[in-house]
Amino acid sequence: MRIANHPILEFPQRETVKFVFDGKEVTGLAGEPIAAALHAAGVRSLHHSSRFHRPRGLFCAIGNCSSCLMTVDGVPNVRICVEPLRAGMQVETQEGKGKLV
Amino acid sequence: MRQTDIAIVGAGPAGLMAAIQAAEMGAQVLLLERANELGGQLIKQTHKFFGSREEYAGERGFEIAHKLMDQLVQLSNVTVWKNATALGYYPDGVLSVKQGNSFCLVKPKKLIVATGASEKTLAFPNNDLPGIYGAGAVQTLMNVYGVKPADRVLMVGAGNIGVIVAYQLLQAGVEVAAIIEAAPKIGAYWVHASKIQRCGVPILTGHTIKKAYGTDRLSGVTVCRLDEKWNQIPGTEQDFAVDGLCLAVGLSPLTELLWQAGCKMEFVPELGGYVPWRNADLLTTHHNIYVAGDVAGVEEASAAMVEGKLAGLAAAFALRYQSENFAALYHEAKSQLNALRSAPVSAKVCNGLCKVMLGEAV
Ligand SMILES: Cc1cc2nc3c(=O)[nH]c(=O)nc-3n(C[C@H](O)[C@H](O)[C@H](O)COP(=O)(O)OP(=O)(O)OC[C@H]3O[C@@H](n4cnc5c(N)ncnc54)[C@H](O)[C@@H]3O)c2cc1C
Repeated sequence: MRIANHPILEFPQRETVKFVFDGKEVTGLAGEPIAAALHAAGVRSLHHSSRFHRPRGLFCAIGNCSSCLMTVDGVPNVRICVEPLRAGMQVETQEGKGKLV
Repeated sequence: MRQTDIAIVGAGPAGLMAAIQAAEMGAQVLLLERANELGGQLIKQTHKFFGSREEYAGERGFEIAHKLMDQLVQLSNVTVWKNATALGYYPDGVLSVKQGNSFCLVKPKKLIVATGASEKTLAFPNNDLPGIYGAGAVQTLMNVYGVKPADRVLMVGAGNIGVIVAYQLLQAGVEVAAIIEAAPKIGAYWVHASKIQRCGVPILTGHTIKKAYGTDRLSGVTVCRLDEKWNQIPGTEQDFAVDGLCLAVGLSPLTELLWQAGCKMEFVPELGGYVPWRNADLLTTHHNIYVAGDVAGVEEASAAMVEGKLAGLAAAFALRYQSENFAALYHEAKSQLNALRSAPVSAKVCNGLCKVMLGEAV
């Protein structure tokens, strides 16, 4: 759901890139936060809480609240609201605290 | 280890202004920003600002941010690190920083903390469902990245932020079901509140959220009325089928670094939560740490800019940098702050500031 027309803003042109979310190919714009690309693709549930496995989504969008942690290219606990998207990234829903090794 | 005169943490209006002032006095400045872009809250703000003319009132937030950045790039003694999070400040005066995936150490002679504030949440059943956002997140998604947060949103909070963001949602083509507000009165300025009501968005005062529901993501919210003692009134429930809930219920200062560094802190509700003790030059109880902006007490961008100016001047002066117009700038900044805070709406902030003000400055 990208904004088609905005009365005040113009959004900079960015290159379209492909990345992988939970095994499926998705497109996004290079350099936007991964969270923006996932939202544009209709994905809201990003992570499951460690104790009760409740779905969690984006909350603060400034890298502060830990609600959006995901596993990116095998690295857990990436704050995807501030992590720029690059082509070919492997983005996975994270279960609980994530495994470091 | 990198040495610098002044390290500034956070490149919102407060940090940008502090960097400009300190650098103009001649100090070597390292500006650290956790995000990929400079400007802090300003870059997502598409509305024309209130405040005083000196602080760019009447201009849109993101335009102000660009003006400050243009000034900053003229200054060769400022180094900017983006994607750089300050992690801790230690008794030997070393600041640890994560930049991208690398870890590095910086030793500044003075530190200015301008980390801003983060959004508060509310307690209600299922308040963690995906689709429930802070107002800042909604602004970031739609105003910076051009992505809609949802198709239909219920806004919580009829202060300036709630009402302004509701209007911005309409501009982005998102439906706004209503704005609910627990207090009996609308807190926002009338210009903003009237504008949104003219667009057909009702503002329900004396209402709160009873619960949110949905399985994988939000699918609806039940609200109900409050009596004069703020108790929920049974039988007044009303359902909104929405896939977005936006919380605009206030901010609290991002003070982790200050706690960790050992600054004396105080809980001041008027300023949004725990804030540092400071003197009129924004020096905390730590002899090398200054603060500026929302981290020192949640106000607005104009005050954040003037505090940044003052902290930048004071920190550079403490390192014996001088400039011809130092005294003039310093007194001008102080009187600007006084003027900004003399409006009746600032009474609350002033009451709060009295509780954490240390004696005389330089
Ligand atoms: C919807 C809305 C409308 C508003 N409208 C107005 C208005 O009309 N007029 C007005 O005057 N004000 C307005 N404000 C308020 C204004 O935006 C804020 O008061 C102002 O941005 C505070 O500035 P700051 O520099 O203190 O913090 P911020 O702008 O929050 O900047 C802090 C920066 O620090 C960074 N940071 C945090 N922690 C770290 C760390 N550990 N390491 C590195 N970087 C870090 C953050 O990423 C951020 O960029 C509005 C706010 C909102 C949300």
